[in-house]
Amino acid sequence: MNATPFIVLSAILFTIGAVGVLTRRNAIVVFMCVELMLNASNLALITFARANGNLEGQIAAFFVMVVAAAEVVVGLAIIMTIFRTRRSASVDDASLLKY
Amino acid sequence: MIAFWILAPVMVLSALGLLFARKAVHCALLLAVVMVSLAVLYAVLDAPFLFAVQIIVYTGAILMLFLFVVMLVGVDASDSVVETIRGQRLFAVLVGLAFGVTLVLGVAQVSVGAMVGLDQANADGNVPGIAKLLFTKYVFAFEVTSALLITAALGAMVLAHRERLTPKLGQADLAAQRMRDYADHGKHVGPLPSPGVFARHNAVDTPALLPDGTAAPSSISRVLLARGSVKDAPGSAQQVESIGGDDETVPPRDDSGTAGR
Repeated sequence: MNATPFIVLSAILFTIGAVGVLTRRNAIVVFMCVELMLNASNLALITFARANGNLEGQIAAFFVMVVAAAEVVVGLAIIMTIFRTRRSASVDDASLLKY
Repeated sequence: MIAFWILAPVMVLSALGLLFARKAVHCALLLAVVMVSLAVLYAVLDAPFLFAVQIIVYTGAILMLFLFVVMLVGVDASDSVVETIRGQRLFAVLVGLAFGVTLVLGVAQVSVGAMVGLDQANADGNVPGIAKLLFTKYVFAFEVTSALLITAALGAMVLAHRERLTPKLGQADLAAQRMRDYADHGKHVGPLPSPGVFARHNAVDTPALLPDGTAAPSSISRVLLARGSVKDAPGSAQQVESIGGDDETVPPRDDSGTAGR
């Protein structure tokens, strides 16, 4: 089994996630794209773990998952708070710090 | 490798759907497809523990959280296709393509070679192997993780908590308010008429009939009225040909009340 297809798939998924973060305007969908990028990096980590024959890559992927869970909880709470005050989940509307 | 070649196109297509789906719910479902496929790839890559964690944590917990927030936030204008910064989408796609091509070319030039495989590392099982590393070499990071999780839980509670600004209305206050409405505007004090008190249709989308044969607007939920899915009650009344047996004489109906509908 060769590692390169897995890494290329991981790169493609990461790119799609990055483009999504740049183009989408709904904050929830932007967040989903961030999750996609984290998942793509996890795939690369686990592939490298198998390619190198030790479990450290899997440990790193495990920590990424834990941090992603914590990040999602706080991020979604922030989105909800912004939606409550501004009645909008668009990333363009939250521009109070600009003025 | 067969699993990879089957799942990789599915994953890429679902991820692309994430870019083009208009509704946030569709995006969440497409993301679920990507994550379950990733879990299968983890199993292919000799990581059964992360296979389970991926399904439980990502598709189980995180995506449910996403769906809950989508339900709370609902549909708003943030999905409109109007660009707020001119040319932003074009440049974003260009930069993304350049990034992706660079990444894929760079990866393709590096030869990772054949995989060593995890047969030696997974000799006593994958979970004991991970536990051995996690509780020896990475034990400090593991403990710090618990602090992170507690902080995140507290932060979410603080952010999602809403302080009540006005005292909660009790039953006595509501009754007093109802009497005040009656005194000021003459609003009916009793309960609203229930919908569909009708032999053929007793569903909530059928309005109750007033004594003159017209529909009572207060018997229908405003949501159904706005959706336009309210049945024509007087029309259904006229479909009834006779009440009781054939020998009974049916009283002639007065159609003046139904002319308006």
